[in-house]
Amino acid sequence: MSGIIRTQGAQVGFNDLKLPGMWSRKIGKDLYEIFIGPQHPGSGHMRIVIRVDGDVIVEADPDMGYVHRTMEKLSEVRTWIKGIPLFERMAIHDACNVTLPYVRAVEKLMDIEAPERAKYLRVLLCEINRIAAFLYGFGIFGVFLGHSTMYMWPFGDREVWVELAEWLTGARLTHSYPVFGGVRRDVPAGFTDALRKAIRYMRKRLEDYRKIFVDNPVIRARLEGVGVIPKNLAIELGITGPNLRASGVKYDVRLNHPYEVYDQLDFEIPVFQEGDAYARVWQRVEEIKQSLNILEQVADWLDRHPRTPILHDKFWKTAPPLYKKIFEETGRAKLGAVYAIMKVPAGKAYERAETARGEISYYVESNGGNKPYRIRIHSASARNALVYKYIVPGHRVMDLPAIYGSIDYFPPEADR
Amino acid sequence: MSPEELVERIKSLLGDYAKEIKIWKNDYIEVEVDKENIEEVAKRMKEFGFDHVKDLTVVDYMKEGFFRIIYNLGSYDNFELSYYIVGIAYNIPRDKPATKTLFYIYTSADFQEREAYEAFGITFEGHPDLRPVLLSPPVAELKPLRKDFVVKEDPEIITKKK
Repeated sequence: MSGIIRTQGAQVGFNDLKLPGMWSRKIGKDLYEIFIGPQHPGSGHMRIVIRVDGDVIVEADPDMGYVHRTMEKLSEVRTWIKGIPLFERMAIHDACNVTLPYVRAVEKLMDIEAPERAKYLRVLLCEINRIAAFLYGFGIFGVFLGHSTMYMWPFGDREVWVELAEWLTGARLTHSYPVFGGVRRDVPAGFTDALRKAIRYMRKRLEDYRKIFVDNPVIRARLEGVGVIPKNLAIELGITGPNLRASGVKYDVRLNHPYEVYDQLDFEIPVFQEGDAYARVWQRVEEIKQSLNILEQVADWLDRHPRTPILHDKFWKTAPPLYKKIFEETGRAKLGAVYAIMKVPAGKAYERAETARGEISYYVESNGGNKPYRIRIHSASARNALVYKYIVPGHRVMDLPAIYGSIDYFPPEADR
Repeated sequence: MSPEELVERIKSLLGDYAKEIKIWKNDYIEVEVDKENIEEVAKRMKEFGFDHVKDLTVVDYMKEGFFRIIYNLGSYDNFELSYYIVGIAYNIPRDKPATKTLFYIYTSADFQEREAYEAFGITFEGHPDLRPVLLSPPVAELKPLRKDFVVKEDPEIITKKK
């Protein structure tokens, strides 16, 4: 707390404190209100208003919406296919996971299903995205705890997965990879070998992370017993993702409502019982290990099977011969004009998927037109935001960054 | 558990409260109830095993003149139920957008009811902290997710030849 500047003046009283990125005022005897963010270097695009008695937080009010982009409204004036690049702006480094349920919901309404090869390719990019997003979260967490090595290492290692995604899809982030009825590209030659190399490298690095960060006595002292979410409270608040599983609830959409080919793959859902910030760190490490296992199986499957169409017949049969020739040669499926004029039968569908930060759900309603009638998105971070209101009070101010980082809250995803 | 079995169990659980039950695409079950019974229905559904609100959806049917409020319930604790989403749906008139809160039954609906309040102007009576969550108050005044708030449409690239 070296940056404290005492300010005097008409607007702020003598007792008001000014901290970098924070503003505080006295609201009662021994009671201060502190505004953290939204330009705080740590909080991201989110403000938390906390009331402190001495050093103890008595009330916390998460103030979201600084990166709200009205996605639900914008989707109503765009054609169906334009929803994909729109929604992936929620979490650009987790783009495949956040758009997949939308694509699947529309496929459900049209009564079509992607070919098997496309399903494996979707899982491939989903898991690559998941690992990259976890590493991003670790890096931010490192910043919060003042552990600069843990900021640089995961951000450097994340590059491995981002490069793989770029090789596969053509874009580092916002891949727009899954489309209705399939995916845009097949794996390039030599991709699975590079993937196996990356898996071996990541396994080695996870051991390094454990030595320098997870088993570090300073980090353990900051995290153990902090921000405990008991199992019953986690269920009541509807917490989701690794935070839920770190509290002892075995719930993962990949297990409970399997989509794509997750029911044919062999992986475990790690569960921790403690529910504190330290358990949430371990949870993410274990989940990366499981994602690596899944990727290995997907690589084996891709090696064993020859290239087959990656788009559903409904869309592929309208493709001109030139498009088919390009696909034969390069493995890239150009999207036909049928996507721009497609209409979706009237009805409702509800679809969800497990993203890196938890469950995302889409309610999609169509009235038979070329645009959605209503799309409701509820993302993982939006659900996890309740933690600040119900879990943070009772902790010291020092614990707030530890809790914030351990929840892996991502404001653009929460604000939609 | 097949969706038909679950529908039967919900029917026997809710009795006359369930006006209509529909199965959409095999895993989404929509139960239509009356506005007056919503608290009783929610209590019974929670005891049955649907322990949290996954998502609170409001759909604006402007031509028909009502809002449809859908509490999409999910289960964490019960493996069989967790496969399904049950939407508890009821309609409220568009010119009198007020309903009861489910905050005291489902804490997970807290921020979502605030979201519905800011985007559609629906008042959830009894909610302890009903104020905008994502939008700033002047924008929330516009009730942006209502169908009569018109966004300029995206120009279409492909037009039909005449």
